[in-house]
Amino acid sequence: MIRFILNNQSVEADPKHSGKAFLDFLRKDEKLKGMKLVCKEGECGACSVLVGELIEGKVVYQSMTSCIMPLANAHLKHIVTIEGINMEELNGVQQRMVDNNGTQCGFCTPGFVVGMTGALLTGEPVTMENMIKNIDGNICRCTGYHSIQRACESVVDDLGGKAKSLNTLIKKGYLPAYFKTIAKQLQKLNEETKKEKWEERKEGIRLGGGTDLYVQKPRAMYESEPEHMYDKPQLNKISRVGKEFRFGASVTMGDLYRSDVFNEAVPGQEEFFKLLSSTPIRNMATIGGNLVNASPIGDFTIFLLGLNSRIVLTLKNKNRIIDLKDFYKDYKKMDLKKGEYLKEIRFDIPEGKNTYFSFEKVSQRKYLDIAGVNSALLLKLDDEKNIVDAHLSAGGVGPIPWYLKKSSRFLIGKKFEKKTIEKTLEKINEEITPISDARGSADYKRLLLRQLFLAHCLKIDENIFDVSTLIGTEKVN
Amino acid sequence: MTKENETMSKKKDINLDAPFHVTGRTRYVDDIPEHEGTCLAKAYYSRCAHGEIININTKAAEKLKGVVRILTHKDIPGENQIGGIVRDEPLLADKDVHFYGQPVLLIVAEDEDIAEKALDLIEIKYKEKEIIVDPKDAYEKGSVLHISRTFKMGNPENRFKKCAYVFEGEACSGGQEHLYLETQGAYAIPKDQGGLLIHSSTQGPTAVQKVTANVLGIHMSQVEINVNRIGGGFGGKEDQASHWAALAGFAAFMVKRPVKLILSRHEDLQMTGKRHPYRSDYKIGLDENLKIIAYQASFFQNGGAATDLSPAVLERTLFHATNSYYVPNVKVTAHPCKTNIPPNTAFRGFGGPQGKFVIEAAIHHAARELGIPASKIQKTNLVEDGDTFCYGQVVENSEAGKCWKETEKTFALKKLIKEIDEFNKDNKYFKKGLALQPICFGISFTNTPMNNARALVHVYGDGSVGVSTGAVEMGQGVNTKMVQVAARAFGLELSDIRLEDTNTTRVANTSPSAASATADLNGKALQDACNQILDRIKPLACELLNEKNQKNIRFENGSVSVKGKRKKITWEELVATALLRRINMSAKGHYSTPRIHFDKKKEKGHPFAYHVYGNSIFVVTVDCLRGTYEFDAVKIVHDFGASMNEAVDLGQIEGALVQGMGWMTLEDVVYDKKGLLKSNTLATYKIPDIYFVPKELDVRFLNTRKDNLAILKSKAVGEPPLMYGLGAYFSIVNAILAFNPNAEIPYDAPITTEKILMALYS
Repeated sequence: MIRFILNNQSVEADPKHSGKAFLDFLRKDEKLKGMKLVCKEGECGACSVLVGELIEGKVVYQSMTSCIMPLANAHLKHIVTIEGINMEELNGVQQRMVDNNGTQCGFCTPGFVVGMTGALLTGEPVTMENMIKNIDGNICRCTGYHSIQRACESVVDDLGGKAKSLNTLIKKGYLPAYFKTIAKQLQKLNEETKKEKWEERKEGIRLGGGTDLYVQKPRAMYESEPEHMYDKPQLNKISRVGKEFRFGASVTMGDLYRSDVFNEAVPGQEEFFKLLSSTPIRNMATIGGNLVNASPIGDFTIFLLGLNSRIVLTLKNKNRIIDLKDFYKDYKKMDLKKGEYLKEIRFDIPEGKNTYFSFEKVSQRKYLDIAGVNSALLLKLDDEKNIVDAHLSAGGVGPIPWYLKKSSRFLIGKKFEKKTIEKTLEKINEEITPISDARGSADYKRLLLRQLFLAHCLKIDENIFDVSTLIGTEKVN
Repeated sequence: MTKENETMSKKKDINLDAPFHVTGRTRYVDDIPEHEGTCLAKAYYSRCAHGEIININTKAAEKLKGVVRILTHKDIPGENQIGGIVRDEPLLADKDVHFYGQPVLLIVAEDEDIAEKALDLIEIKYKEKEIIVDPKDAYEKGSVLHISRTFKMGNPENRFKKCAYVFEGEACSGGQEHLYLETQGAYAIPKDQGGLLIHSSTQGPTAVQKVTANVLGIHMSQVEINVNRIGGGFGGKEDQASHWAALAGFAAFMVKRPVKLILSRHEDLQMTGKRHPYRSDYKIGLDENLKIIAYQASFFQNGGAATDLSPAVLERTLFHATNSYYVPNVKVTAHPCKTNIPPNTAFRGFGGPQGKFVIEAAIHHAARELGIPASKIQKTNLVEDGDTFCYGQVVENSEAGKCWKETEKTFALKKLIKEIDEFNKDNKYFKKGLALQPICFGISFTNTPMNNARALVHVYGDGSVGVSTGAVEMGQGVNTKMVQVAARAFGLELSDIRLEDTNTTRVANTSPSAASATADLNGKALQDACNQILDRIKPLACELLNEKNQKNIRFENGSVSVKGKRKKITWEELVATALLRRINMSAKGHYSTPRIHFDKKKEKGHPFAYHVYGNSIFVVTVDCLRGTYEFDAVKIVHDFGASMNEAVDLGQIEGALVQGMGWMTLEDVVYDKKGLLKSNTLATYKIPDIYFVPKELDVRFLNTRKDNLAILKSKAVGEPPLMYGLGAYFSIVNAILAFNPNAEIPYDAPITTEKILMALYS
């Protein structure tokens, strides 16, 4: 049985329907019509729900887009919809949305209200930045967002500072009182529900967060009973082992973002995470899913290729470890045997004062958009500025997430200087094979990768190359 | 600007719908509880952009359990025709298909899953014909939807010879997906004694009623259309909601059960029309003092595969071809071109933005060649009272100059320009660009007969009031404005007024909620209804208050009194007494805009009740390494008249601005050569998100109280501010030029990150 708490009620659902999109369950089965169906792609947030999980006795909430969330992923969680935060009076967020005219046609509004209320339940401080972050996956076509920002400001004015306790939020009219009982209810639910033993299946669809599979083939998700990889304790660990950073395949992007171990290992990646889709999608999307989806433009894939990661593949409890760069064979073809699954990802922590790691991405819209080209570069220099190690990756320039072997090899042993960069640009251009598609023309992608490589280098030394000398060379070929 | 309106009023205006929206209790079509036995319908659409249907195989789909019926054009009891202006669009394709996405079959099934499965089982074979997607290409091949139109004033051909400077070029603007969050949809329910009730997500209930009745071969009186509200329209549901409501109605009529038809997002993107893309040629002539002496333009409108509203959109392109500028010699011609993409349709601005983009491009072109900022030319040519627009209307109450001056003063323009110049000197890879964007937009349907409305008012025995109008609430706040009008007329609280659904049985033969004129037209009709009731009860009030002169009766704060006197009676008392005296406390109001007219033969007249003006400043920072950008600020002085609800009106400005900015930058509607929409998901079609919007947005209210044809002198605000968005384009271009003064930048919107980077290094 799939068991969870929906707002203030315990719910049991037949595992036969584990692949049903949660929004369909809400609107069709439960007749809760507050959350809206808009895109079925996780691109707009109108269906956002809060997913609460019991962590060390406390319920921590994340927002997720229910249109592409498998019903199974609600198991043992507290799910909150707009109906679950409604009270006799408007709650603090709702009142401020009304006061600031943050709603026009109203169709996106429940999603915004859920997201904004959720921002108060993430355990993070109540700041403008965190409020906005929690609605960065929400699209509004009417307001132009400024009135919604004003509503957020007003919430911050009222609650600003440290994360607020449930009691405070209830007392100040932001939440119904039943929220206090949820931790206990979840505790009980966890105890009552025997952990079913996970048996690896040989065939069928393996499903993580669902953020891509529900977009690509929603029908198959409803009709099959997918094997749910999400939230499996065996695949959820994040750790540092010596100089190596390791994490399980069903760790989500949000998990890594919040992981102290990760942030110590690869510091300063806030902007990188912000460039990855949106908060609700990051909360759902597993990194293993990102890797086996084999999209030639997957941001996290390019990031991990730049770190020269290794992956652990498992078949019948037998592991093999290969370099991620050897995993991709052709468009959507991987070195993955029948029944084998991705278990863990590992990389050497980029340490040392002359070690640089940079990720760059440009898309049509800066956030929540698929890149035209993305790229990562890991560069190790010695004290004489000689390059001792280099790993360059780029997405959108070939049929697979591209590890630029030749260019990387070329860099090693050279001095980090203008001449080397110029030569490398030629190598890069020889190595890549971009095509024209919805993300841009082949010419643009060549130009863009040149610019992103230069951006990597300028981050290390801003005077190493005068990019304005390249005016008049928009055709790289 | 007076001190009072220098900053936004602190007074809290509200939108009465908001408390229901924020709790998710507002009901849209798909939220209406379903009647027992409701079927679900899905349209099967053409996979060929132009061709003959050779064979249709529905056998497998028909065998599927739960498929109730599969309908074709042959089953249509009335006329297979939904075209509004020109009768050239079938409900379901018959012999030929004209665009990829055109409905061919209608599947009626027990539920959505079954309907979707049935779609997968259908096979159609086509014999492909020539596919045209480019409007100029279409025009050359003689593929047009309607007649070309030309507006002319003076003698531009002659005057170009005398101009000091003449520049020519091409300017293109792209399509735009409406992306109303609520997709198109309808729920049709058979009524007793025949006929149908259709809940439709439409801006035009009467259009839906008319089309459905025609398709079913029944009287309009047999079709009741109800609209509670819609989850966004932006023009996309002015005419094109009819298709889906008529299909739902057709299915319900045939299977004698309630039928719901809601488009998925993918279907909506694929099957419905969008803002018209334009390709245009311009020629502009200026004298030594930068006065624009002559302007000529040819607009090639990409109308898609059927006429829809294209001729009307085209007309507005001509009306606004010279934006806020006075040009004495003008010749502008527009061609509605027929192509094999979904029929393009109304979209906020309705052709106006496309026309304005071209003259702004021409001005920018001239300024660049002359080495001056475009704002110099813009400022020199603003319309003044007494000037004539090329369509013959004489300018009255121009606020163009005032808006410009206020913008310069309020936002310290000179200082701002200096700061930007300094920033650009100090920064190698980041460049700022600035652009000014004035607007001038005519208010009224340009099709004069459409400028009318009606309202129904009931005053109930307890003094409460029920109001019905033809206005459809779609987020623009018209419900609130209507309640305000009635409350003000009767001197009651907003909570005393109930606004009913928009329903064709209460208010008939309405114009769609469009053209920014909904509040004006319906509000004036509502005032008329309220006044009729007041006129009937004033004699009674005089009697009860011992007053001789009706003019002295005041209705305020829920009571009725005589000017300057203390004695009063409550509104409820007066109403109760009136009913005892058998006075009719219901009224139907009517309004038709006075003064307006337009002669389509001469292409001259006075089509607009009034114009709305404004000016804006855009500042953008372009990352010249990566070709990305962020908007630092947009500062606006806007002519609101005397805003009756500043919260609602500010929301319209902010929302329209960002929508216009999206059109100019992010939003790229792409069809391939085969007429297939490539930007067919929200992953490939990007609209502004919360990080896209300008970091600083400062909107100042220019308070003008001159235009009596605006409801309570509060000027129409729906469409005009969208056109500020053009400034987004030109500010980015100016930032590119700061990095690369010789950059090649064709005037081709949207200016995507690809175009920016290519231009930076050109």
